[in-house]
Amino acid sequence: MAPPSRFGDQAFEWLTLAMASTVVVLVILIGWELWHGSSLAIKKFGFHFLTTSTWDPVTEQFGALPFIYGTLVSSAIALIIAVPLGIATAAYLTELAPLWIRQPLVSLIEMLAAIPSVILGLWGIFVMVPWLRNYPFPFLKQYFGWIPLFTGPIYGPCLFAGGIIIAIMILPIITSVSREILRSVPNLQREAAYALGATRWEATRIAVLSYAKKGLLGAVILGLGRALGETLAVTMVIGNTPQIVASLFKPGYTLASVLANEFTEATTDTYLGALFEIGLVLFGITILVNLLAQLLLRTIATTSATRAVQ
Amino acid sequence: MGFERADNHTWRKIKSALASGSAFVSAILVIAPLGLVFFYLLINGITSVNWDFFTKLPAPVGEVGGGMANAIVGSLELLALAGAIGIPVGVLGGVYFAEYGSARINSVLRFLADVLNGIPSITWGVVVYGLIVLRFKSFSVLAGGLALALIMIPLILRTTEEVVLLVPNGYREASLALGVSRWKTIVHIVMKTASKGIITGILLALARIGGETAPLLFTAFGNRFWTHSLTQPIAALPLQIFTYAISPYDDWHRQAWAGALVLVTGIFCVNILVRFLTRGRGAQVV
Repeated sequence: MAPPSRFGDQAFEWLTLAMASTVVVLVILIGWELWHGSSLAIKKFGFHFLTTSTWDPVTEQFGALPFIYGTLVSSAIALIIAVPLGIATAAYLTELAPLWIRQPLVSLIEMLAAIPSVILGLWGIFVMVPWLRNYPFPFLKQYFGWIPLFTGPIYGPCLFAGGIIIAIMILPIITSVSREILRSVPNLQREAAYALGATRWEATRIAVLSYAKKGLLGAVILGLGRALGETLAVTMVIGNTPQIVASLFKPGYTLASVLANEFTEATTDTYLGALFEIGLVLFGITILVNLLAQLLLRTIATTSATRAVQ
Repeated sequence: MGFERADNHTWRKIKSALASGSAFVSAILVIAPLGLVFFYLLINGITSVNWDFFTKLPAPVGEVGGGMANAIVGSLELLALAGAIGIPVGVLGGVYFAEYGSARINSVLRFLADVLNGIPSITWGVVVYGLIVLRFKSFSVLAGGLALALIMIPLILRTTEEVVLLVPNGYREASLALGVSRWKTIVHIVMKTASKGIITGILLALARIGGETAPLLFTAFGNRFWTHSLTQPIAALPLQIFTYAISPYDDWHRQAWAGALVLVTGIFCVNILVRFLTRGRGAQVV
């Protein structure tokens, strides 16, 4: 009997290898396209692009600082809200909640993750922003108005609203990755704590949360990566005004939002180049943040954690 | 002394209960937006979801009525095109990870796939704009479909890899021992065994890109009419929702809510289907 032909095997292996290597091609493609597209702006503005704050298509003066500022501030607000809530929820789901409630809650969080950004933005414009403007914002202004963050007139769409909507967008990923991390903590840890007479909360805090510190940091940084690149929902509620202001009640602008709003309006090559460079900056920041997150999560070496990422 | 210890113990118990309570409140706060969004979608959207919505083109500005027929069909067309490119590439790539690939190559490729999954979706729009729209001087179905396909590839690749790895080695060995060639073993035995999981991954990826707006803004661009060729701009449901939501017209706002309700219903249906497919296996698959 003749051995099975080697040709089919070889061809199939190469075919699948070719498909797998698209990930390399894609990374190179993104880097090259963004670099190529922004070369004109890079030549013209140099490093000043990142440090100046004039954004004026008419006189062709472009500086990305207000967008970088808006992106960082809105993401920071999002993390301040989402990190404690997300990790507490993850701890609830793995350690503290009654068993019967866990799976339904996980399903609901997965459904929240499935809501498209544009729909959350729609809800943000017509429901969340008017509510924020009428209740929580005046309250903050009245009692915390002495902090520069909460001063000035309240318009509605603003950096604060943008941060809150991003928090809602990244809560599912922070929660589900943290949950996988906590689940991967060996049971011996818990048993040891209970054997010493720890209460449920003490066991969670001492034996589980502190054991999983590094992985939880990975989850947070992964959430940060998503926050920085969040586009539609934040574009719809942040006010889209390129300015650097202390007050969170003032409108802002993010890197992703300016791409969403102005890309199709770019009439000159310099304008388009400047927008490509914004894309390059966004890509550079998110890739660094994601690399860091992957490195932290990889050391935990759980496939389940990377699974939850998706 | 004994008293003190008892007090201390009670206090620790109270603290534990308080912590559990606040973790519970956190969980409620996390899922609250889901309920709120769904509630407002229903009360604002349900009245505008009617026969016209599914069968008519958008009405001109100022006229009441009209629908999103072209956007619904456009979304399906874009998904079909993205699937035609993204599914074969993602599935076969995932098979390479799981079946061939040395540990070192795999860890590099897997790392890149995970990094790609974290890139903002609007970046793909910019890339495809430079790649296709600038070159052919036109927004098009092709550009939109490609942008969505590029988002799909790393997603499907990772889910396929994971489910193919779950297939027990005995299956492969049994088939190879019977003299079946390696590639036929992979296609007919391994991929077939993992098919449910692979399909689950594909469905989840489709549900995810079905709601994507950012990569379509300057690739598919949107269209108020029917699209008759692959080289013309095309409407998509999420794009239309965005345009209508930020418009100043009340009637368009109503349509945006209706569109959002239809889109979310579609996405939730796919998610429920997935749950049905993977039931019994819990979190094991994806």
